[in-house]
Amino acid sequence: MKNYETVIGLEVHVELATKSKIFCGCTTEFGGAPNTHVCPVCTGMPGTLPVLNKKVVEYAIAAGLATGCTITQKCKFDRKNYFYPDLPKAYQVSQLYLPICRDGGIEIEVDGVKKVIGIHEIHMEEDAGKLVHDPWDDCTLVDYNRCGVPLVEIVSDPDMRSADEVIAYLEKLKLILQYLGVSDCKMQEGSLRADINLSIREVGAPEFGTRTEMKNMNSFKAIARAIEGERKRQIELLEYGKKVVQETRRWDDNKDTSFAMRSKEDAQDYRYFPEPDLVPIEIGDDWLEEIKNREPELRDAKMLRYETEYDIPEYDAVIITGSKKLADIFEATVAICNKPKEVSNWLMVETMRLLKEHEMEPEEIKFAPENLAKLIGLVDTKAINRTVAKEVFEKVFAENIDPEQYVEANGLKTVNDEGALRTTIEGIIAANPQSVEDYHNGKEKAIGFLVGQTMKAMKGKADPGMINQILKELL
Amino acid sequence: MDITTLTALELSAKIKDGEISVVEATKAQIERIKKEDQKYNCYVTVLEEEALARAQQVQALIDAGELKDSPLAGVPMAIKDNMCTKGALTTCSSKILGNFKPPYNATVVEKLEAAGAIIIGKLNMDEFAMGSTTETSFYGPTKNPWNVEHVPGGSSGGAAAAVAAEEAFYTLGSDTGGSIRQPSSFCGVTGIKPTYGTVSRYGLIAYASSLDQIGPIARNVSDCVAALEVISGYDKKDSTSVDTGEYKYTDALVDDVKGMKIGIPRGYIGKGLDEEVKNSILKAAKVLEEKGAIVEEFDMDIVDYAIPAYYVIASAEASSNLSRFDGVKYGYRTEDFNGLQDVYKKTRSEGFGMEVKRRMMIGAFVLSSGYYDAYYNKALKVKALIKEGFDKAFSKYDVILGPTAPSTALKIGENLSDPLKMYLGDIYTVSVNLAGLPAISLPCGMDSKGLPIGLQLIGKHFGEKDIIRAAYSFEQTREYVRPTFTKGE
Amino acid sequence: MKITDETIDYVSALAKLVLSQEEKEKAEVDLGNILGYIETMNELDTEGIEPMSHAFPLKNVFREDVVTNGDDRDNVLSNAPVKKDGSFVVPKTVE
Ligand SMILES: [Mg+2]
Ligand SMILES: [Zn+2]
Repeated sequence: MKNYETVIGLEVHVELATKSKIFCGCTTEFGGAPNTHVCPVCTGMPGTLPVLNKKVVEYAIAAGLATGCTITQKCKFDRKNYFYPDLPKAYQVSQLYLPICRDGGIEIEVDGVKKVIGIHEIHMEEDAGKLVHDPWDDCTLVDYNRCGVPLVEIVSDPDMRSADEVIAYLEKLKLILQYLGVSDCKMQEGSLRADINLSIREVGAPEFGTRTEMKNMNSFKAIARAIEGERKRQIELLEYGKKVVQETRRWDDNKDTSFAMRSKEDAQDYRYFPEPDLVPIEIGDDWLEEIKNREPELRDAKMLRYETEYDIPEYDAVIITGSKKLADIFEATVAICNKPKEVSNWLMVETMRLLKEHEMEPEEIKFAPENLAKLIGLVDTKAINRTVAKEVFEKVFAENIDPEQYVEANGLKTVNDEGALRTTIEGIIAANPQSVEDYHNGKEKAIGFLVGQTMKAMKGKADPGMINQILKELL
Repeated sequence: MDITTLTALELSAKIKDGEISVVEATKAQIERIKKEDQKYNCYVTVLEEEALARAQQVQALIDAGELKDSPLAGVPMAIKDNMCTKGALTTCSSKILGNFKPPYNATVVEKLEAAGAIIIGKLNMDEFAMGSTTETSFYGPTKNPWNVEHVPGGSSGGAAAAVAAEEAFYTLGSDTGGSIRQPSSFCGVTGIKPTYGTVSRYGLIAYASSLDQIGPIARNVSDCVAALEVISGYDKKDSTSVDTGEYKYTDALVDDVKGMKIGIPRGYIGKGLDEEVKNSILKAAKVLEEKGAIVEEFDMDIVDYAIPAYYVIASAEASSNLSRFDGVKYGYRTEDFNGLQDVYKKTRSEGFGMEVKRRMMIGAFVLSSGYYDAYYNKALKVKALIKEGFDKAFSKYDVILGPTAPSTALKIGENLSDPLKMYLGDIYTVSVNLAGLPAISLPCGMDSKGLPIGLQLIGKHFGEKDIIRAAYSFEQTREYVRPTFTKGE
Repeated sequence: MKITDETIDYVSALAKLVLSQEEKEKAEVDLGNILGYIETMNELDTEGIEPMSHAFPLKNVFREDVVTNGDDRDNVLSNAPVKKDGSFVVPKTVE
């Protein structure tokens, strides 16, 4: 077999975190019963007109600045014309001729090797609606709730050569956008989805091969598998002397293979032209400066600050800032309890363990910083011991319970009544003469057994330090 | 007294004086429509019940001392059927919107309601405003009240004919390439196409978004200007709306053109212009000159290219704007289909008339890959040159004067078979839309067939007051002439 | 400009129209005439001219990011030719 190289470029659609849609005052909230987040404008009623949401432009600019793009200071919208039921006006308002950001790039690192992936352009556009197959009537139901939700489409250069590079690029992009507050990038809700353009060529070949496109991929795992599958398929074609056909394919993650989508009935001729219902956007230097100044602390700055200001290890800082959600929880919790190392530990150990166990992304964390802070407070005041704390945390993680109330209600508080503890320990000593003797014979370990016995008798609700102290005193 | 022969302002004065009630006026108007409209076919929909109910409400408001500053309160009027009226049929004179009841009101409708207008119906038009004769309406052609064998012009043919036929005191039309001015000219009434951005387009079912503008049609300049004041103003729902802060057009109703500089483009009175129309226009210019205006001829050849540029731009935008009519969300859906593509194709093929299909195909062509630069982009450059030509002219003149149309109203059927010939009839009007300028058409004479001739006055951007002053001054020199209502009956 | 069958088929497909044979023939003639006339624009030298979309130079018209609309489903669906479960209905699209 010849030596092949995979060439990949991505078109990433990101839903912006605005409250209202791009051209009307409807909510962008996810979910909702079909067609309850719509109005005459976003359903393309005849005679309605769009008015641009200013925040969309600001978010797009922020994304462009953070990815090293040049901002197109005079830009405008165009119409992309095609018929499909999820597109009520039969055109999508998008940008072709003058996209808002151009010529940027972001650095990724795979296996210690750093590389810049070019960003060809970022443009603003409106999202389409959702089509749901109705098996009872064998028809399709059309829901326009997503229609008009603002998107930026981030088009990379064909600079990626492997699935690992693609994932690294997506992870980096996701973090940048989340830190900017431009998007929540919830892949499971479709607010970050990637179209993969992939081709194969012999190593050293000057020209790119014929590419295929796989649309709307919204999980990293599926993306990695799709790239691998499509790469193999194309190599096989070439090895058998066949040609790759330029087409759109759909990756079926269950069947682990891609299918050619039934080619649209007619040629793709989108007949773009300037959107006459919107006026040009002029981004003055002042406005640009204002957006630059508003840029929130990004990941690298945050990492550094965690090490210096909170005095947590670099390793912890890397992991915690590896998710905007974790970083947010970290800072919010520290702000309440002022115990950075403790908070970091809970996130690094127990939270990570539970995320892994439940196969969850950090974005899906539901517990409130207040509750983690309360838990830390309970441990700190020795109201509960660490073993109990871990159990309580599982409840916090799963149901976002209030740990103070929970500990109270379930009687988990450490018994701080010295008299009662002393009585229990006296009983334990009396019942375990052998251990007592071992202890007196210099077997330090024997005390551990007695502590354990005491803890068992106390149903775990005792402070181990106090047990130790009383034991030694009585022995 | 025959109420329906009054002007809008005369009627509103009598309503305010308590001499005529709003209900009485509304009933009289609807009676006349019932009696006369089978002759002219001005209306697609008459909103009798709604209008009478509204008449009572408005009367109550007037009795309570409200609407004092609203000069047209209580006056029955009608609007072209491409402006959305909540819950009331809005068809664009097309089969494809034959059952469409918009869930919202156009901004102009809101403004009319706030001003106490009584909307008595929706007026016939060329299908989706594409045409110059009102013959392309799915609901049959409108006929010219001066002679029912002739067209009323278009696309706002119903709106102009209704005013001439005294089936409405004033109306609203829309003008993309002359669709208010040309029918006004053919029907012997006055129509204003305001500067682009003056009247909100929100709720106006788009033909060509960058050119469309709503405007009033009435029996004289004063009525027309009063209506323009009601409907104009900044609207945050329309991104192309311009806040000029200055909408008091009635201030310009002044009989004085002394020192006003009026230019006549030589190309506007050259070949292709009907001799009787030409004489009438030059006579009107003379009248203004005698009243103290400085009138001179000048060259502005660039407007020769206005029609090709217009048809490229308008068709391109139309092909996109009309794609939403696909049988999914509203309007007509074909009965018999096999799959989604069939719903699209059959719905649209059955729902649209031939002129609309033709323009959608031209539009698709000029935007299609490989042709965009040669056609669409070229047209946008020609548009820039036309705008520049007008800018140059307006550095010398306050008003540009010329005919509205190259001839008086044609006979029904005369133009329908040859679309290009019909397009050429827009020669004096389309450049105004491309440059986004205001213009007025008002009657200035009659031809030997007894059909009205229209005088067009064009102003600079937001120069409505200049053309209103010139039009008003000219109007003072002649009487309003009613159709005889006998020809062809 | 000579318009061919293929051109008419192409533009009618883009516009989602089906034409009868008779309509096609007429469209070929009409479009040919109209586009031929449109090409008189080529007499004009437009070298270096900036294409103009808007005749009046407006820019930066925005709305603030505020939710102003509530549930308007009944209104929006009121004209639907076919509806079900609060949705518009089309023939099956999903493969
Ligand atoms: Mg896109
Ligand atoms: Zn909406």
